[in-house]
Amino acid sequence: MEEKNVLWDSLSVLKARIEEELDTLKNSKELYEFKNVYLEGKKSKLSELMKGMRELESDERASYGKAVNQLKEWAFERFAQMEEKMRELELQRRYESEKIDLSIPAEPARIGNLHPITLVRNQLIDIFAAMGFEIYEGTEIETDYYNFTALNTPQDHPARDMQDTFYLSPEFLLRTQTSAGQIHVMEKKQPPIKILSPGKVFRSDDDATHSPMFSQMEGLVVDKGITLGDLKGMLDVFVQKVYGEGTRTRLRPSYFPFTEPSVEVDCSCFECGGKGCSLCKGTGWIEILGAGVVNKKVLENCGIDSEEYSGFAFGIGLERTAMLKYGINNIKLLFNSDLRVLKQLNEK
Amino acid sequence: MIVPLSWLKDYVDIDVTPDELEKKLFDAGFEVEEKYELGKDVSGIVAGYVESCEPIPDTHLSVCQVNAGSHGTMQVCCGADNVKAGGIYPLALVGATVYATGKDHKTVEGTATIKKGKLRGYESCGMLCSGVELGLTEDLYPGAGYNGLLVLPEDTEIGGDVKHLLGLDDWLFDIALTANRPDCQSILGIAREVAAVLDKELKMPPTDYTETAVQKEGFGVAVDAPDLCPRYSAHYVYDVKIGESPAWMRRRLALVGISSISNIVDITNFVLKEIGQPMHAFDDSYLEGNRIQVRRAAEGEKIVTLDGQEFSLTPANLVICDGVKPVALAGVMGGLNSEIRDTTEAVMFESAKFARDSIRKTARALGKSSDSSARYEKGVDEYSTVLGMKRALHLVKELGCGKVSSTHVDINTGNSIDPTPMKVSVSKVNSVLGITVPTEDICDIMRRLNFQPQIDGDTLTLQIPAYREDMLPEGEGDVERYPDVAEEVIRIYGYDHIQSTFMPSAQVTMGGYTVQQKGELALKKTLCALGINECMHYSFFSPSDLNLLKLPEDAPERKAIRILNPINQDLSLMRTTLAASMLNAISRNEKQGILGGRLFEVAKIFIPKELPLTEYPKERDTLCVGIFGNEESFYTMKAIAEGIAESMDIRFSYAAVQKSFLHPYQAVTVSCEGEELGYFGKVAYDVQNELNMRTSAWIMELDLEKLSKWYGKKRVFTPLCKFPEETRDLAFVMDKNITYGQVADCIRKANKYIRDIRLFDVYEGGQIPAGKKSMTFTVTFQPKDEPFDAETIQKFVDKILRALKNELDIELRA
Repeated sequence: MEEKNVLWDSLSVLKARIEEELDTLKNSKELYEFKNVYLEGKKSKLSELMKGMRELESDERASYGKAVNQLKEWAFERFAQMEEKMRELELQRRYESEKIDLSIPAEPARIGNLHPITLVRNQLIDIFAAMGFEIYEGTEIETDYYNFTALNTPQDHPARDMQDTFYLSPEFLLRTQTSAGQIHVMEKKQPPIKILSPGKVFRSDDDATHSPMFSQMEGLVVDKGITLGDLKGMLDVFVQKVYGEGTRTRLRPSYFPFTEPSVEVDCSCFECGGKGCSLCKGTGWIEILGAGVVNKKVLENCGIDSEEYSGFAFGIGLERTAMLKYGINNIKLLFNSDLRVLKQLNEK
Repeated sequence: MIVPLSWLKDYVDIDVTPDELEKKLFDAGFEVEEKYELGKDVSGIVAGYVESCEPIPDTHLSVCQVNAGSHGTMQVCCGADNVKAGGIYPLALVGATVYATGKDHKTVEGTATIKKGKLRGYESCGMLCSGVELGLTEDLYPGAGYNGLLVLPEDTEIGGDVKHLLGLDDWLFDIALTANRPDCQSILGIAREVAAVLDKELKMPPTDYTETAVQKEGFGVAVDAPDLCPRYSAHYVYDVKIGESPAWMRRRLALVGISSISNIVDITNFVLKEIGQPMHAFDDSYLEGNRIQVRRAAEGEKIVTLDGQEFSLTPANLVICDGVKPVALAGVMGGLNSEIRDTTEAVMFESAKFARDSIRKTARALGKSSDSSARYEKGVDEYSTVLGMKRALHLVKELGCGKVSSTHVDINTGNSIDPTPMKVSVSKVNSVLGITVPTEDICDIMRRLNFQPQIDGDTLTLQIPAYREDMLPEGEGDVERYPDVAEEVIRIYGYDHIQSTFMPSAQVTMGGYTVQQKGELALKKTLCALGINECMHYSFFSPSDLNLLKLPEDAPERKAIRILNPINQDLSLMRTTLAASMLNAISRNEKQGILGGRLFEVAKIFIPKELPLTEYPKERDTLCVGIFGNEESFYTMKAIAEGIAESMDIRFSYAAVQKSFLHPYQAVTVSCEGEELGYFGKVAYDVQNELNMRTSAWIMELDLEKLSKWYGKKRVFTPLCKFPEETRDLAFVMDKNITYGQVADCIRKANKYIRDIRLFDVYEGGQIPAGKKSMTFTVTFQPKDEPFDAETIQKFVDKILRALKNELDIELRA
């Protein structure tokens, strides 16, 4: 009888100890040690209690077994509660241990930039390519014929004085305009023609606002029934894409030997919207390109029937466009490879 | 070109403000680059009447009581020697602005504002002014050149603003002219345009004169070079009295920047500015042989021009000769031997058209230019040649400085100075513009432009004045000039009438980049992703750049195309390599204190087949990468190369190479599929020193034309292998001089399932014998049709080990 009581007593003792022990556990390692000692395995305290059942009378066994099972159930439930609590606690501790100084600067991945001229060039190409223009890149070294004569600027033409030319031989020169590319294309291809010809051009001019090398982008359309109105319509689209919706164009008379009529094209100042500011020098307009209806003689020089076809051409200065776009005040900065400049003009 | 408003008003009634005129000219194609009032810096000047004038003792000063009408009477101290009571002078009131002069009272040194002051204890409230202080010269206003007060006429209104009286309220327009309108290179030419845009009548300057019966017996002109001189006219004027020109003429010339010399010379300059016709006057007494001959100069023939300079000529230069010697460099400058002097009693006037190119070439070749040559270079028409002579002779009559003989010679090639008829279709004119300009408007515009239009159905008949050479047909077939007419119509009708359309009748075209262009752009983006900044350099470089690269004499890079007229020697050769520009760019950055960075350039190099050029040279697209600084090494550059290859899905191979400007042991060629694309390597120390560079740099150049073969390489999906890859780490011991490349090649050849070989350790010393090193690799085997078991892998490894042993005497490290 005494033994029986001992057995029953140890049940309540164990329960009290479990309750007590659980509260002293500090981490999951201790928790699992506790589990091994009290709950699991053949040598655990619970198992030992179970083994004690054999010593009981059969009538008592059932109630004792039930009591042990209840204790077991209770203990596992308490363990699970504790396990959950411990996991949260330890996660918390781990996070706290990984507290860092968030203000320390990070070393950024090095990403280079495209040159401002390339950026502008790509932007313009994308706009015109979407309008059906192919890209044709001519050569930087040209003959006098393609650069001048075929463009209606024969020897002794006053327009030759407009462009100080670098000569390489009596016949070869550095192209002064990307228009030279027009002729090569028109010689090889019959209309419809829509080409865009970007590239470097050269003039013997070197001062604060002129660089002996600069970049142009020439556009040419030749097809049936092309008019000055089509030129304006296309340039309207162009300026809105480049300088924003609401930008307007203005044509005014000018002169290029290879177009007639020839126009200078201004767009409404994108800085002040046309009210007048320092950028547009108070005029409300910014000169952006030269253009015109392709001179009949140029078409004829290329074997295109000027009665059946007509066209327009335009030439954009890329340096000027880039300088306006990025607010660069000195053209020489574009060719100086100064990393302090190049790293600023990030536009991916 | 400078155009004074007052002068324009001689020919057109201008009833608009200077601002309105500027706008109208701008819309019609004449940009006014600058416009200013002659007296823009001068204000607050009234006519002051000196009531009393007392000398201040012991000074050169006088103290004056000056009556300035409604401005009151004030005390003014004055140091001029010509101040006296009863005189009327310009008075600068307190607050007025005038030009400040230096100690000589003549040199202008900026502007000054008049303040109340005290001189020797005498209060002075204003300043009596000289001509110079008002910005005037003797030519602009008689008496203004006197070094003292400017004396105003007795009838001047006391207290009234003197700006108008002195002509300081005149406006000057600086007009930019396009190359197609040489006919506007004169006051009359601009006046014609102003008359057209304002729809006013053009009042032609008088050209009447009376010829006397006097003749210069036997005088003749011969033009030996009609190609260079299509028209030459000469007129003999006698009983010449050389003297001063009248004030109005001197003022006109002064306004356009020409100093008055003498009446005859001034007439020639006046006609140049007014009509746009360069004129010359020879002192007839110095013309020998009673004839003028226009011919090419003989080789080595000499002439001394008016300004005393001697020139040695060639047959490319056109000269005007008398019966014996050259007397003028045609169209550029007269000869000293026949210049107009005070003693001149008879002159031979010349009005000619010379070929513009000939004058330009002569002016450039001799480094000698003049107002006349500048005018000829732009193109002079024969209409003006005739008009100019008439105007000059009229002015001789008007100025009374000579008698006009009846000896007039006009040698020409038969070109008419009458208008040329031209027919155009109105509908074709409109087809250029894309709008329909009402026919009445077209006719009205044509009338205003002096084209005398006549309309018959769709046919517009015009009379093109001879001065509009830009509108005249060039050759017989050139009749369909409707674009010219369209241009004239729209610039007057107004470009704002053009309606935007979007090529309604055009066919659809497919636009976009070519594969090459896309490939290049993708390459540039890869380079950016590798931390490299794009830069752009001139297509030309310096001969010294070739030396910087230490290129041997026979190096192909030295065969560079030379610019015949470079800006300077440093910009005189077309680039044959991009390396030099890149090195210079790195050096410039270092000088700015930037001690590390990455740059790339994509540009053309120019490779001539032969020199001088007889055919287009090869223009080869080339990539140059330059990196510098302590963070860089041979291997960071190699990583860039690998990055490029990776991005294009190709594999580069490298082989050691010697380059004159690269480190002898840190330079390689770059090849792909056996084709050499370029090189990269560390910049040689002597090159680095020459550029005073503080850090090391690495340069790569790749031929993009060759690389472009792989642009847009088609990528095909490879199904993922069902079986896992197997890796083995292998450590070897080998001779120190064996390279990674040798080992890797040997391993790769030994087994076809190797997907990757990765070196992860190189070690010397310790247990490794002297002269040897250890390299450790991870080799990855990729199964194909069946998985590899350990046994199979061991067989692969054994074979690799045998190969390494046999070929390179490499052992597995114990």
